[in-house]
Amino acid sequence: MRSVMRVRRVCRRAIAVTLLCLGSLTGRAVAQGGGELRFCLRMEPKTFDPLKVEDEASAAIRYLTGGVLVRVNRQTQKLEPELAQSWKVSKDGRMITFRLRSGIYFSDGMSFSAQDVAYTVQQLMDPALHSATGDAFRSGTGNVETKVISPTQISITFPAPVAGLDRLFDQVAILSEHSPRKEMAVLGPFMLADYKPGASVLLQRNPNYWKTDEQGRKLPYLDSIRLDIQANRDVELLRLKRGELDLINSLDSEYFDKLEAASPQLVHDAGPSLDSEQLWFNEVAKAPIPAYKKNWFRSATFRRAISEAINREDLSRVVYHGHAQPALGPFSPANKFWFNSKLKPQAYSPDAALKSLQSDGFRLENGVLKDKDGNEVVFSIITNAGSKTRERMAVLIQDDLQKIGIHVNVVTLDFPSLIERMAQTFDYEAIILGLTNVDLDPNGEMNVWLSSSENHQWNPQQKAPETSWEAEIDRLMRVQASSTDLKQRKQAFDRVQEIVVEEEPFIFLINKNALSAVSTTVHGGAPVILSPQTFWNAERLTVSR
Amino acid sequence: MNLWRKLACAVLAGVLCASAAANWLAPAGYARQYREAANAPPSRAHWLGTDEIGRDRFARVLYGTRISLLLAPAAALLSTLMAALIGGLAGYLGGLWARMATAVTDLFLSLPWLFLLITARALMPLNVSPLFSVTVTFLLLGLLGWTTAARVLCATAGSLRSADFVRQARAAGVSGQRLFWIHVLPNLRPVLYAQFWISIPVFILSEANLGILGLGVAEPLPSWGSLLKELEGLVSVGDEPWKFVPLILLVAVVMSFQFLLSGQDQVTA
Repeated sequence: MRSVMRVRRVCRRAIAVTLLCLGSLTGRAVAQGGGELRFCLRMEPKTFDPLKVEDEASAAIRYLTGGVLVRVNRQTQKLEPELAQSWKVSKDGRMITFRLRSGIYFSDGMSFSAQDVAYTVQQLMDPALHSATGDAFRSGTGNVETKVISPTQISITFPAPVAGLDRLFDQVAILSEHSPRKEMAVLGPFMLADYKPGASVLLQRNPNYWKTDEQGRKLPYLDSIRLDIQANRDVELLRLKRGELDLINSLDSEYFDKLEAASPQLVHDAGPSLDSEQLWFNEVAKAPIPAYKKNWFRSATFRRAISEAINREDLSRVVYHGHAQPALGPFSPANKFWFNSKLKPQAYSPDAALKSLQSDGFRLENGVLKDKDGNEVVFSIITNAGSKTRERMAVLIQDDLQKIGIHVNVVTLDFPSLIERMAQTFDYEAIILGLTNVDLDPNGEMNVWLSSSENHQWNPQQKAPETSWEAEIDRLMRVQASSTDLKQRKQAFDRVQEIVVEEEPFIFLINKNALSAVSTTVHGGAPVILSPQTFWNAERLTVSR
Repeated sequence: MNLWRKLACAVLAGVLCASAAANWLAPAGYARQYREAANAPPSRAHWLGTDEIGRDRFARVLYGTRISLLLAPAAALLSTLMAALIGGLAGYLGGLWARMATAVTDLFLSLPWLFLLITARALMPLNVSPLFSVTVTFLLLGLLGWTTAARVLCATAGSLRSADFVRQARAAGVSGQRLFWIHVLPNLRPVLYAQFWISIPVFILSEANLGILGLGVAEPLPSWGSLLKELEGLVSVGDEPWKFVPLILLVAVVMSFQFLLSGQDQVTA
């Protein structure tokens, strides 16, 4: 009897040990030998729920952990299949049908099917969630319908046509419907392993990630990614120099030059990015500024003259140390498809600017420009305190405009005060700010160009377009947004760009270059202009120390 | 006068003379942009090099010194006068007045001044000249910086109120107003002087702090605060030691004021 009990005990122990071993194998990623990639997040991630992402840090984690149906290749800017093998958008632009890959599992072992896509879309479009990602899909009132045709096929129907519908799915990380771990169960190359608030986020490779390389080796190569939360850019740069970090995703031109002088092999200038910096005048009819100033600001001749008197080459060379290009229009040439290549650079000519102002009734008296009623041309430019580049641009513009007799007062304000003046009280004359474009498609800028929009900054929330050219932009933006014919969309948006350059409601100044730093310990890095510039191909990176 | 005080006087005199002669020493002015020579190192043309947009740093230091050294004492004078008025009178009158003054002083001390200064700056009209803007900044500093001095003066005036000579004067029939002007105020003078000298470096540093936040003096006018903004990035100054000149100047001037003040204390003790 005793011996039987002893055998049973031994068997139980053996089973327990076996289970423990299995548990450790399934619970932990098997090391690939790709090493650990380390870089900094400049702020605390606000959420790990991919549907609620609004901030840059959360977006970085979503990019690394989320599995998407389709992905915009950050290098070619073309859409590529991911979890979806293929997809088709209906002619009316309201419906998209995906054919999904089979045999794919979430990081917790749950299998992936069309049901998960349906669940994700329903969650995403739930108005109670207030998802910024979901807002991009809202083209009309009504519900979004999902139809699971088979475990590997699903169609999604929207109440109204959504332009560029397929590309929007680049931002939609698929959730598991049945996993008890909810958003922690992921389909991307990495999964969240540890989070120390205020300190770091640790991502480990997802053992169930479906992709392999050309040799059949499982991706990702990296074993883990450590993201240190560090807002101070000086510290970030020093840590990169000391070898504690492997990359810096976005560098200022000043820091870029310093680093280039010391270690030229680390820095990468990928060329003009999608981001622009611009100056605009307050054209709001009810703005509490003198009527004669409103007349100047609402005159296209005045705006064009100001644009002509600004030396953009100097802005690029002096302020950005050559790591920026004079802007040609609303879209950067970096946006390969949507940029209107017919646009020409704005020539710098103070003499021509003065001539056109004189043709509009202005006159230069003792070095001071006056309008036809004798008012001296003086206005203020505000920008946000703490932005060295914008402050410097404002001072260069101040000096440029002084040459044609215009006196500019440069005022730096804390950001909340600036936004209040810009969007609520309209108590300002001119502003220098930037636009950060994360979306290649012009649909992402509907809220800027439609005259009824809140972000139509020079004159927002118009009940009806106040000028004929704004009415034309409204019409063209709606045409491009409702059409599924890419050629027609391109034609419409090309015209929008031309009107904006002709009327200059925004005086586009420069397009910043995408600057980054990648340590020589990182292999496979190829920085690009689209976000995330340095780790867009994280699944194929390796680190050797 | 000991050696340190003499040295402090020499430093202050030198700095004041150089800033007063800025038009002669740096004729090109503080705003001229040499864009082809932006961020240049020191040279014969630009003794302290140029800043990020090509302005002569030496000229900006001289003109910035003029601004800071002219307006900081003015703000210190304003705050000391307010402290004398509020703290001195309340301490002399005593009772309810003293309690009220203490309460108001405590309230002012508890307010987050940096944020209030930022808000006040944001509420100012936008189309004002840089000189007006810097004057208003120092005026605000002066109007808000009286509290600590008022406490000291309130306590000193309170102790003077019960001093023997004041009691004797009162017994001799000297009226309250005459008593204050003839007997109390002259005895408050050393404290007032001390508070005035203390306030000057405090206001210089406050303006420098506001300048670092981008909220001090409007461009293109320089001040020590706006010049110190160049030192924000540790990485960007490591191999450019000439950028430290405004900081060295600020430290030298503040220390000189402190040496003068310590001498003043010895004189009044």
